[in-house]
Amino acid sequence: MRIYVPLDAAAKALGADEVARAIAYEATRRGIDVQITRNGSRGMVWLEPLVEVETPEGRVAYGPFDAADAGALLDGTLPSLGRTDDLEWMRRQTRLTFARCGVIDPLSMAEYETHGGLSGLQRALSMTGAEIVAEVADSGLRGRGGAGFPTGIKWKTVHDAPGPQKYIVCNADEGDSGTFADRMIFEGDPFTVIEGMVIAGIAVGATKGYIYSRSEYPDANEVMGKAIRIAKAEGLLGDVLGSGRRFDLELRIGAGAYVCGEETALLNSLEGKRGVVRAKPPLPALQGFMGRPTVVNNVISLATIPVIMEKGAAFYKEFGLGRSRGTIPLQIAGNVARGGLFETAFGMSLGEIVDDLAGGTASGRPVKAVQVGGPLGAYFPRALFDTPFGYEDFAGKEGLIGHAGIVVFDDRSDMLKMARFAMEFCAIESCGKCTPCRIGAVRGAETIDRIGRGDASAIPLLTDLCNTMKAGSLCALGGFTPYPVMSALTHFPGDFTATHKEAAE
Amino acid sequence: MQDVAVRVGEILAEHDGMEGPLLPIFHAVQEAFGHVPQEALPIIAKGLNLSRAEVHGVMSFYHDFREERAGRHVVKLCRAEACQARGADALADHARERLGCDWNETTADGNVTLEPVFCLGLCACGPAALVDGRVIGRLDEARFDALVEEMRA
Repeated sequence: MRIYVPLDAAAKALGADEVARAIAYEATRRGIDVQITRNGSRGMVWLEPLVEVETPEGRVAYGPFDAADAGALLDGTLPSLGRTDDLEWMRRQTRLTFARCGVIDPLSMAEYETHGGLSGLQRALSMTGAEIVAEVADSGLRGRGGAGFPTGIKWKTVHDAPGPQKYIVCNADEGDSGTFADRMIFEGDPFTVIEGMVIAGIAVGATKGYIYSRSEYPDANEVMGKAIRIAKAEGLLGDVLGSGRRFDLELRIGAGAYVCGEETALLNSLEGKRGVVRAKPPLPALQGFMGRPTVVNNVISLATIPVIMEKGAAFYKEFGLGRSRGTIPLQIAGNVARGGLFETAFGMSLGEIVDDLAGGTASGRPVKAVQVGGPLGAYFPRALFDTPFGYEDFAGKEGLIGHAGIVVFDDRSDMLKMARFAMEFCAIESCGKCTPCRIGAVRGAETIDRIGRGDASAIPLLTDLCNTMKAGSLCALGGFTPYPVMSALTHFPGDFTATHKEAAE
Repeated sequence: MQDVAVRVGEILAEHDGMEGPLLPIFHAVQEAFGHVPQEALPIIAKGLNLSRAEVHGVMSFYHDFREERAGRHVVKLCRAEACQARGADALADHARERLGCDWNETTADGNVTLEPVFCLGLCACGPAALVDGRVIGRLDEARFDALVEEMRA
């Protein structure tokens, strides 16, 4: 009897380890031979810990699973949710990047291969670097970290750059609140990230890769560390599948600085320096890690490369909307009835995501605002719920999709407080290099305090300050902090008045 | 207590040949001593041929590296937006009152250090916390009090 109990951090945070122990204990007591596989999460966090049992009809789901139900599960008396694949959340998805996440044992290379792993790399090994770069460019894949820069163009720059040593750097510094796709793929299908990096290396002529992860993700780092060791032992790393092509990979852990998610700050940190942003140009593609040509890609961009190489650019490009091609793993979070990861083609409306998929708030109260794209993303009111999920569509509404985190707030949220938090966060995390960010964030918080005290004359000042930060900051931290601030002010002006403050007190 | 110079020397040797080794070295030193002792800095500077100011500058840039040892237990409470949407602010107020210490402080008995953290990637099951490296979701006041009792044992 094979039973799956996720090792995903969200599942663990809700008791998955206790569940696995209880099942093992009850099985021993009953003398039943049970094989417990610790898999990744299927992404239905509201059902975690989600236990699955393999049956001739397919995998059957039980959740949220209480450790006390272990006996009933083994006795066959526990009511199930039915087949996992038949659950509405699963049926409605297009899982390309996350196809194996939650399905396989994340540390079994054999299962990885059985489920299509390594086919993309095998195909890449039969192609020239330029052909691989062209395939990725044709797929329309854009950077999933948030900037949305075409991955193929970045790769071409590095491919064409001369240099004896080039690097692939995987940006796994997923610091945005409301996002956990990188963490999930690290824990649920780490080999796909490694395979994506190896393909990138072969495409651009890089033989060394670094993953820059976060110290806030101890579980993800543990799984990825093991995966790298296995990948070396199984010949995915080193001499790549015996092809004579070389690729080595190292996992590095950050130290709690949000700004290191910005690619140039990340490179400085990786070099052992303060995580201070670099001015561009020079582009990291030409002078990146150690001043050498470097591809810096987000985890999800790299994790999507294997499926593009396996199924072809045309297949991937079929999905999506406008210039936003392919699929995007939505991460639905905050005050939601059904939170988790949902991979789908670009184009679903924000309203469908929040009201239909997420089922509204967990508190049962009306949705007041939705912040899309992390702490630097705009707060959208219900009036903008018809916005389709795509890079240009959100930009057109003074917002951004970022890393596709969607955080829902109910009607008790104070948007002035959220705007102040954005400034405060920017002040704490600013690297200090440019003035609009370093000073602007502090002044911004003070100005919002003035508004909170009923001084309406500070509102034009805040608007002006936001314009300065937006136009004058060196990177997205100072440059995008105005998004949450200005969207809160624009869409929820009632929260920025003296009467509001008095009512709150 | 291990001799700082000896252990730091070993750590430097273990990281020999690495590209950009300073952060991994700080992590290893903190792992060994629970913090990065001041006397480690000149040794690291000499080993990497950096100025002491540079090494201090890097260490002080990152929130993770401690100048002083933490309490026996470390509680990191998420303060980011997704957890705020689930009541993290009220929980944080409760935690500070219950422990009798503010952010980045340790309880008077040296048992618990309370730290803010911005996102543990547990955004669909907040408020979230990391207690001695163990992830906890849907944390509420009662559960927090139970954890405090557990840590006292």
